[in-house]
Amino acid sequence: MSLVSIRDVRKSYGTVEVLKGVSLEVAKGDVVAIIGRSGSGKSTLLRCINGLETYQFGAILADGIEVGGIHANMRELRRHVGMVFQQFNLFPHLTAAENVMLAPTVVNKTPKKEARAIAAEVLAKVGLSEKMDAYPSQLSGGQQQRVAIARSLAMRPKVLLCDEITSALDPELVNEVLRVVEQLAKEGMTLILVTHEMRFARDVGTNLVFMHHGKVHETGKPKDVFAAPQTPELQQFVGGNG
Amino acid sequence: MSDFSLWIIVKNLLWATQWTILLSLIAFVGGGIVGLVLLFLRTSQVKWLEVPTKLYIEFFQGTPLLMQLFLFFFGVALFGIEVSPWMAAGLALTLWTSAFLTEIWRGCVEAIPKGQWEASASVAMNYVEQMRYVILPQAMRIAIAPTVGFSVQVIKGTALASIIGFVELTKAGTMINNATFRPFLVYALVALIYFCLCFPLSWYAKRLEGKLNVAR
Repeated sequence: MSLVSIRDVRKSYGTVEVLKGVSLEVAKGDVVAIIGRSGSGKSTLLRCINGLETYQFGAILADGIEVGGIHANMRELRRHVGMVFQQFNLFPHLTAAENVMLAPTVVNKTPKKEARAIAAEVLAKVGLSEKMDAYPSQLSGGQQQRVAIARSLAMRPKVLLCDEITSALDPELVNEVLRVVEQLAKEGMTLILVTHEMRFARDVGTNLVFMHHGKVHETGKPKDVFAAPQTPELQQFVGGNG
Repeated sequence: MSDFSLWIIVKNLLWATQWTILLSLIAFVGGGIVGLVLLFLRTSQVKWLEVPTKLYIEFFQGTPLLMQLFLFFFGVALFGIEVSPWMAAGLALTLWTSAFLTEIWRGCVEAIPKGQWEASASVAMNYVEQMRYVILPQAMRIAIAPTVGFSVQVIKGTALASIIGFVELTKAGTMINNATFRPFLVYALVALIYFCLCFPLSWYAKRLEGKLNVAR
């Protein structure tokens, strides 16, 4: 059974249809890389999966819960679907450890001491053990993004959504974040990434989804798709990106 | 009129000042509590909560405070409920203050980047948790200066309570003037006392504003 099941999802802003019937199945352990031009609807699709955006038609099931359904328990859903943002969105008034501990203590009612242990564990995982008590403003962009990843991991998500998480970083900081994501993929974490990092999509992804004009235009194994893109749009897109 | 020495006038005015201060405190603390509740309703994105809150705020911001005092003092009496000037003034000023504080604070909440809402939502926090742990701690920093600034308006607003017979600084001034017939002296002293109450607050608000601008 799919962990995330997207079925003919349509979404419009006013008269502009940004998702024109998208279907996608994501199994446990998949690393799905979604690529495409800006405006192709890839970020919108990702944000629909954890209910940050609503959609008008179709259905999204994440871990068996229908996203945005009338009886959907969005809190339960979001406990299992983590998200990392382009702009990090760390809580600036809290330290790295407090950023990570907040949701476990508040949402899961995990005792402080236990939450601190979780924070230590996930921050070690992203290589920031020594930055537990640093505030976001004291961290580099790459470090902030890794804390943001740790913050999501602390909730023990079943799937992690990554929305262009290296796009706001200086080029020399991109790799430290990608290495963390690659490690997560190796450990079997289910990942859905919207990304512009083609090499990363090819090397780490198990599935590649090329979105074009609000639709899944081409999909397949990354190596095959990159080696022999079938549609002219993807050929052009891949060609333009090197 | 020489039996009213300057000292007696000042002493009486200072005695009345305590009621001005007390009424201001009640209005400010009460208004703060009501304002906080309204803030939650106003920013909840729940339509049926937002609309009545908005109407409430529009009413208290869109009518003179004096009318509100009259409505509480005379209006409630129509229903056969005895209202003391204390009650009417305290209640009207509390609600009036709450309406303004809610709007000031709403502006501060809306100044917090949308990403903070999205990040906290994505880790399964609900609206109240988001406000309490993520949004308000940040909004409070920017709210302090305008809030302290508004407390000056509250202190000056209490002067209107004199009209429904509440004896505070302004009312005491009127009474003393009626006995001494020295309006310029008396009202100058009244104004001076108000200024002494308000100036430190507005000075402090200015300073806070400067401090926060540096920190940003």
